[in-house]
Amino acid sequence: MTLVCVDNVHKAFGDLEVLKGINLSVAQGEVVAIIGRSGSGKSTLLRCLNQLEKHDSGQITIADKKLDAASMSPKELSENVGMVFQSFNLFPHKTVGENVCLAPIVVRGEGKADVEKIAHEVLEKVGLSDKYDAYPAQLSGGQQQRVAIARALAMRPKVMLCDEVTSALDPELVGEVLRVLETLAAEGMTLILVTHEMSFARDVADRVVFMHEGRIHEEGAPGELFAAPQTAELKQFISAVL
Amino acid sequence: MIEFTFWDILRNLLLATRWTILLSLIAFVGGATVGLLLTFMRLSSNRWLQRLTSLYVDLFQGTPLLMQLFLIFFGAAAMGHQISAWLAASIALTLFTSAFLCDIWRGCLEAVAKGQWHASQVLGMNYFQTMRHVILPQALRLSIPPTVGFSVQVIKGTALASIIGFVELTKAGTMLNNATFEPFTIFALVALLYFALCYPLSCYARYLEKKLYDAGLR
Repeated sequence: MTLVCVDNVHKAFGDLEVLKGINLSVAQGEVVAIIGRSGSGKSTLLRCLNQLEKHDSGQITIADKKLDAASMSPKELSENVGMVFQSFNLFPHKTVGENVCLAPIVVRGEGKADVEKIAHEVLEKVGLSDKYDAYPAQLSGGQQQRVAIARALAMRPKVMLCDEVTSALDPELVGEVLRVLETLAAEGMTLILVTHEMSFARDVADRVVFMHEGRIHEEGAPGELFAAPQTAELKQFISAVL
Repeated sequence: MIEFTFWDILRNLLLATRWTILLSLIAFVGGATVGLLLTFMRLSSNRWLQRLTSLYVDLFQGTPLLMQLFLIFFGAAAMGHQISAWLAASIALTLFTSAFLCDIWRGCLEAVAKGQWHASQVLGMNYFQTMRHVILPQALRLSIPPTVGFSVQVIKGTALASIIGFVELTKAGTMLNNATFEPFTIFALVALLYFALCYPLSCYARYLEKKLYDAGLR
């Protein structure tokens, strides 16, 4: 079943055309890794998927519902699409538990007791149930990013977007975050990740999408794509990063 | 001629200090109220409100406080409303304070990282929910040290009210000097009294800033 469908999406910032007609469909439970050079439009595509950037033309649907202000409210959007950022963006004045509980209480209007139960569950899932009352500043980068994942999970989204979630981490902390994502993937969560972790893309993704100059240049199963790149651009990219 | 002892001078100055403190409080409370209103006007999406607020802030930051006092005190008189030095000083200091506080607070709101807005939006929060739960609490903490720091400027600013005849600390000093001709003693005492008011506030602002820094919010 197709969960996310991107149809001929264009996006320009002034004269700079960043997305030049993107077509992509992601099935329920699929893990898609988007790779490519910086400036190729990967992050912009991801940000269009939750409307942090509004696309200029084309259509995006999630669970058969059109993604624009007229047909999907911000609340509805947040229940469909979760996002984890490179820079964590935790709320520094709130504890870990409050970070996770805020949106379900404020946006979904759920009861405090129910939400706190969910918060404990999702924090357990990312291995941080003992940090419920800690403040973000007291945690390592890897722990903060795992809290950010838990915060996104608490809204029970259908698809999770991950924007270079390990790029701001010290090398020894990357593993703990990737392991959490791996667990999510194994549980059937639909994941779309922009990543520079090629080995992670190869091991965990069902499909790898290579973006180049605002277009999807090549895509396929990670084994084939990395072993036998068809285009010169992808060959060059792979030899540069591996 | 009446003889003034040192204690007479000090007692009179201390009595006048009450009015300096009261005027400072009025200016600060009034300025904070108007300043808060201005901050929200400046944040609004209405371009005319934004421009009007910017103009107001630039006007009051770009002219001497003394001129503002004169314009209000003599301006009101010229328009046929004789107002007291009290009222004129309160209005002028309130407007002056509000312009600076508006600028300080806008800076604090903008200093909250952009990523906080993005994270809130992705979680489905609207503008008011984001402001209330995410941005304002952080901006408030950021704003306390510079706000307390600015209150020192307000206290010193009240000295100008002496020129339109308002008897606060500085004016009391001038009057005592006219009677005793001991300018050094008197103005040294006046300066000391201002320092006694301002120094604790400066220390407190510094302490708050350090506390904020330790909390890792900067």
